[in-house]
Amino acid sequence: MTAAPPHFLRPLVAPDVNVGHAMHFGPDRPLVLDAGRKLTNFSIAYMTYGQLNAARSNAILICHALTGDQFVASQHPLTGKPGWWETMVGPGKAIDTDRYFVICTNVIGGCMGSTGPADTNPETGKPYGLDFPVVTIRDMVRAQAMLLDELGIEKLLCAVGGSMGGMQVLQWAASYPDRVVSAVPIATGSRHSAQNIAFHEVGRQAIMADPDWMGGAYQLENRKPAKGLAVARMAAHITYLSEAALQRKFGRQLQDRDAVSFGFGPDFQIESYLHHQGMTFVDRFDANSYLYITRAMDYFELAADYGGVLAEAFRDCKTRFCIISFSSDWLFPPSENKRVAHALNAAAANVSFVEIDTDRGHDAFLLDEPEMFATMRGFLAAAAESCGMT
Amino acid sequence: MNNVLPNLRPDLQAIAQMIAPGSRVLDVGCGDGALLEHLARNRQVDARGIELSQQNVNMCVARGLSVLQGDADTDLAAYPSQVFDTVILSQTIQATRAPRIVLDHLLRIGRHVVISFPNFGHWRIRLSLLFKGRMPQTRFLDQHWHTTPNIHLCTIADFMSLAAEADAEVEKVVALSEEGRTRTVKPDAWGPNLFAEGAIFLIRARRTTQGGQKAPPHVL
Repeated sequence: MTAAPPHFLRPLVAPDVNVGHAMHFGPDRPLVLDAGRKLTNFSIAYMTYGQLNAARSNAILICHALTGDQFVASQHPLTGKPGWWETMVGPGKAIDTDRYFVICTNVIGGCMGSTGPADTNPETGKPYGLDFPVVTIRDMVRAQAMLLDELGIEKLLCAVGGSMGGMQVLQWAASYPDRVVSAVPIATGSRHSAQNIAFHEVGRQAIMADPDWMGGAYQLENRKPAKGLAVARMAAHITYLSEAALQRKFGRQLQDRDAVSFGFGPDFQIESYLHHQGMTFVDRFDANSYLYITRAMDYFELAADYGGVLAEAFRDCKTRFCIISFSSDWLFPPSENKRVAHALNAAAANVSFVEIDTDRGHDAFLLDEPEMFATMRGFLAAAAESCGMT
Repeated sequence: MNNVLPNLRPDLQAIAQMIAPGSRVLDVGCGDGALLEHLARNRQVDARGIELSQQNVNMCVARGLSVLQGDADTDLAAYPSQVFDTVILSQTIQATRAPRIVLDHLLRIGRHVVISFPNFGHWRIRLSLLFKGRMPQTRFLDQHWHTTPNIHLCTIADFMSLAAEADAEVEKVVALSEEGRTRTVKPDAWGPNLFAEGAIFLIRARRTTQGGQKAPPHVL
């Protein structure tokens, strides 16, 4: 017997929103978390594109970044916008869905159909809020592996992802080296730096300082810490761009006015742009999810599980790696990406490293970067050839 | 064992013949990966590369090679010691900022080192400087002194002294002629330093008197 949901439950993703496929894991298959807790009765939402071949050898897992989701190559159900990586993924694209079977999951703790803090805690009948366990990058990868087991996919031709997605890719290769033929970590690192943690903390404090956050229980009060979440997004967004790109796009240009107003309205175009970024973000993202996922990134330090020696994470790893970085990325600078390449080298793993020259900062991985597409296309073709995929 | 690709440059073919089948090879400054691909496909070599140009790295990656975009002057330090059977530095040492440091790293990383370079002692170059009084330009060295990336040119004799200074043992020297012919020569012969347009050296770090290896610096 299912009771009608109480009036305070107004999840971001209403029941009528199509989140694609969702795999439910019952009480018999809990997700064992790094935090020492088990998550039971959880779902992983995912999308697939293309066809799995008979040999099941053409599957590519795409791991999304902090605020991404499973809609990598199809319209987002809440915003109506195209998929977040349609430049890269689709028929005839670098990750060619005519050739490869692409899977993209919403991470555990996310808010687009995978179980997260906005969902109902089966034990209390109320939204989890801060009762949701803290999840890690490794937990996200564990959940993805459980989904692939369920889908009957033993091996991935490739795991691909940028930023936090790249962290998951590295974790995949470390945790399940036999399940990943090749891996493409993009604009990422093996750890979150002090500077990156610092920016995340600014975002979290902005959310938690919003009176509408209500100690994380805002859903019960039918409220939403929109202002705090918007400020968090604004601060983070600056880190995704480069100084040069900001100067090129906005400079000191004024917004709809001829002179400064001697006030605190959005005089400058860059201010107006950031406000827009913040405002549109709150319509598609849950504030508590933002806390949890940023925390997962902060906690990521792959070497820590291997005695502090990163190379040990990839010992005897047969996976072929292609690490892609961007010259103007200061969130995950080329040097951080290269550190991973050097560790892989030290472990005698097969690794390629590319630094793409661009002024578009961290966000470059989501944009039209022909060199990135060419690298991806060539690397995937070689990986497919190496494992006899026809 | 002489299965060379018809389109592989003669100097690269000569280098390829110094590489043991099935061995682990690092090609520093691997260009578009032609040599590495040949070694991987025809000699079952575990082939890795370092290359400065992004376009070349892309070409290598598309060829299925494992290549790091990087710089011989800065990136060799991150490589562990004695992990490669052979390290190749082809037509690159003269363009590095610190050839001696690069050479030390190569000897540390690889059990054998193959280095090829244009010979600045070639008679044409000597005569050109003598009679024209201008910095020589040749087929190998076709740029002006102020635009050339080749900032550390040397003669075969010069390289011999550098190798001795770096405590390297010369295993083999191949002279490259103007017509692209290759010929094994004696390391200390005077002829090649005058008549060879380029040289390929196969060298290795001299072992200590106890027979053990020189203790490599720990770089991990």
